[in-house]
Amino acid sequence: MIEIRQLIKSFGKFRALDDISLSLKGHQAISLLGSNGSGKTTLIKSILGLVIPESGSISVNGKEVKHGYSYRADIGFMPQIGRYPDNMTIGQVINMVREMRSDVRAYDEDLIRDFGIEGLKNKVMRTLSGGTRQKVSACLAFLFNPGILILDEPTAGLDPLSSEILRAKISNEREKGKLILITSHVLSDLEGLASEVIYLQDGKLMFHRRVRDILESAGEEKLNKAVAKLMRSVSHGGEEK
Amino acid sequence: MFTWRNFFFLVLLHSVFTGYVAAKVIPVRPGNNVQALIDRAKAGDTLLISKGYYKQHSLVVKKKLTLIGRDYPVFDGLGKYEVLFIYADSVVVKGLQVQNIGKSSMNDLAGIKVSDHRDVVITGNRIINGTYGIYLQNSKFCVVKGNYIQSNATDELSSGNGIHAWKSTDLLILDNIISGHRDGIYFEFVSNSTIRNNRSFRNVRYGLHFMFSNNDRYEYNKFSENGAGVAVMYSKVVTMVGNIFIHNWGDASYGLLLKDISDSRISNNRFLKNTVGIYMEGTSRIEVNQNTFEENGWALRVQANSSGSNFHRNNFVGNSFDVATNGTLMLNYFSNNYWDKYDGYDLDKDGTGDVPYYPVSAYSVITEQVPVAMILYRSFLSGLIEMVEKILPTLIPDQMKDDRPLIKRINLHDRNTPVN
Amino acid sequence: MRTIVKYIFLDLLRNKVVLVYAVILALLSFSLLNLDNNTAKGLLGLLNITLLFVPLISILFATIYFFNSIEFIELLLAQPVKRDKVLLAEYTGLATSLSIAYLLGIGLPVLLMAPGMPALILLITGLLLTLIFSALALLVFVLFKDKTKAIGASLVVALFFTLLFDGFLLTFIYSFNDYPIDKAVLGFIAFNPVDLARVLMLLQLDVAVLMGYSGALFKKFLGSAFGSFYSVCCLLIWVGIPLILSVRLFRRKDL
Repeated sequence: MIEIRQLIKSFGKFRALDDISLSLKGHQAISLLGSNGSGKTTLIKSILGLVIPESGSISVNGKEVKHGYSYRADIGFMPQIGRYPDNMTIGQVINMVREMRSDVRAYDEDLIRDFGIEGLKNKVMRTLSGGTRQKVSACLAFLFNPGILILDEPTAGLDPLSSEILRAKISNEREKGKLILITSHVLSDLEGLASEVIYLQDGKLMFHRRVRDILESAGEEKLNKAVAKLMRSVSHGGEEK
Repeated sequence: MFTWRNFFFLVLLHSVFTGYVAAKVIPVRPGNNVQALIDRAKAGDTLLISKGYYKQHSLVVKKKLTLIGRDYPVFDGLGKYEVLFIYADSVVVKGLQVQNIGKSSMNDLAGIKVSDHRDVVITGNRIINGTYGIYLQNSKFCVVKGNYIQSNATDELSSGNGIHAWKSTDLLILDNIISGHRDGIYFEFVSNSTIRNNRSFRNVRYGLHFMFSNNDRYEYNKFSENGAGVAVMYSKVVTMVGNIFIHNWGDASYGLLLKDISDSRISNNRFLKNTVGIYMEGTSRIEVNQNTFEENGWALRVQANSSGSNFHRNNFVGNSFDVATNGTLMLNYFSNNYWDKYDGYDLDKDGTGDVPYYPVSAYSVITEQVPVAMILYRSFLSGLIEMVEKILPTLIPDQMKDDRPLIKRINLHDRNTPVN
Repeated sequence: MRTIVKYIFLDLLRNKVVLVYAVILALLSFSLLNLDNNTAKGLLGLLNITLLFVPLISILFATIYFFNSIEFIELLLAQPVKRDKVLLAEYTGLATSLSIAYLLGIGLPVLLMAPGMPALILLITGLLLTLIFSALALLVFVLFKDKTKAIGASLVVALFFTLLFDGFLLTFIYSFNDYPIDKAVLGFIAFNPVDLARVLMLLQLDVAVLMGYSGALFKKFLGSAFGSFYSVCCLLIWVGIPLILSVRLFRRKDL
């Protein structure tokens, strides 16, 4: 569903993405791993067209990202920090996005229901906690039932209960054949969710492997341990090169 | 009180008692030879001219006659000639329409000209498209009243004055409406005369022009939209009361221009929307009081060679600049005026401010030297300059101040008879 | 686009800064116009406020607002909409709110207490300045990545147009006073929207004095409707150019 070829992006001297090529398919929950500054967010923003790459190409469902914006109709995005205009109510935010997407008639309101957002409709954004804003962002990402979901640190500010609701929703959507791209630097969050792992370091793609393979080759049962082992090996390998 | 009606009555009485008992009324109709009728008439007779077009001009009256037009009989100068020349005492001309007076660069052609005589009355006539309208030279005790004098001059050279008086005394110029001439009313070497309740507007140069004319008085006139306003020059003891000077705009345009004037009085006038309210150059001992200066570019421009004048109890409201001067010395005195720009205080509640008002703005001094700087007037920068000047005065002559500025505007308008 | 404008406008309608701005303007208007019944003086006071504070408040508030909206803009851009539209919608919503604050704060009192042509021109200049300095804020927003630097830049822009520019112009006028610089000066004025707005108002309040200066061009410019027309046109261009530049640059901006 998403094809990335030889993507390069620098900010000044700093190379944020260095020759990244990736092929992401449906039916997957892909965990995008990497430390701060590794290029995760830049990669996501490139897919969303928020960051303009220097070279390389991205296509989403066969549509080139640089050639238009219509491809975004099939992407749901949940940003890392959900900041909204101070005096808008939750209801207004949801309505606004709905009005913007007048092409869509059928809404996926599962999260709105499960998070109990309906009851908070008249709350003003300024007064909300970070967690509640995250919930709103999540609701918006899933609202139009997109084929691709890009979630930037989705569980970071959520309470355990909501986190569980979101996780269930993600796995549910994956079952339906969607592609779900999740960034995270907390490994344990991903357990049981991810089917593939992408690891970025200093703008370079270190590996992109299926979870099953990782577990197998590392001989570990726990994903975080296996990934840690793998990271260590690729980092050292990278340095030797 | 002197009114023209009384005067006319007196003139009639005079003629009755001096023996012309056999005065006749001679009817005049279109087609008649008017000059012949005038010549045939006896002193004291009245020519009653009926309505119509008289293709006759250069008429000369050499004896005491009364010419009365019914419904404005038209006398046409055909753009070449003068129309009526009066060379006798006590002639009365009333109700004529005189039009298309000739133009000449050699001599002044006029609609009605009076020369070297006295007690002539010119009243209620219409003078259209003239160079000079009514022309008085070397005459005395004449009355020019209620005439409508209109032309459409476009430049100073080829045009004349609406009412032109030269070397005369004791004239009365009342209730006339004058427009479209070089000067609306022109006085040169005229003394002891009064100009009252006239309207003079849209003249190419001045609405009223005084030259070398002493002991005169003009009052309750309205001068508007004249090229350069009103000019009073080289004269003494002129009284200017209750006039309105309005909308005289342009460079070198003034409500009132005073040049080499002394011992005169300017009271109860209104100066509204003129480029300069009063411009004074080489004046001495002028009393300027109870006037209102409103929305002028400069209310006053007092050149440094003017001295000994008092500005007392005037209103200065909404002028761009209140006072401008070209020197550093100021020998004129300001007291008890109301300045709307004054922002001092009156702690002792005596109606006058406790700190002096400096009516010359620093920025006006700057624009005096560098006119183009006007484009930055009322900017934050020009405001800063004013503020700095207030703290550290360097540009403004420091005698130039009103020590007792009034806190409230003086109510003067009820004394000003507005001209209809 | 209309949707976004609507919701941004609804948001700003409840913004405390905008409300306080409108209230302060209204208080100033009432107090200045009530002062000794001299409306010309009151209008002048309001002109000074308009020339000094409207640019400053507009550009600062707008810059801060745009920067605070970055995440929101990202969220909007994740939807299938054109970048141009989102940016212009942000601008329109903001500029409309500030304009309405100005109209309520100054417009209402002025039209009630000093109606007339000068009042109308004052409102037009205030509105245009609001639009222009919001547009400049948008340009600053698009050009800078760092909010603190952007706020600094906005302050410099406001200071430049309200004071520094005039300082340079006055220096120029003084230095070249002996030359025929009328035309040049009128040309320079076009480069400062605050000056253009002020000249527009001068043409209302001080025609008498402006007519006192010789110089054919000056007189022709200042004495006729042409002067006002010229100023308004330049001001409109001043709204347009920063907007066009912003949209162009925003297309290539990394968020």
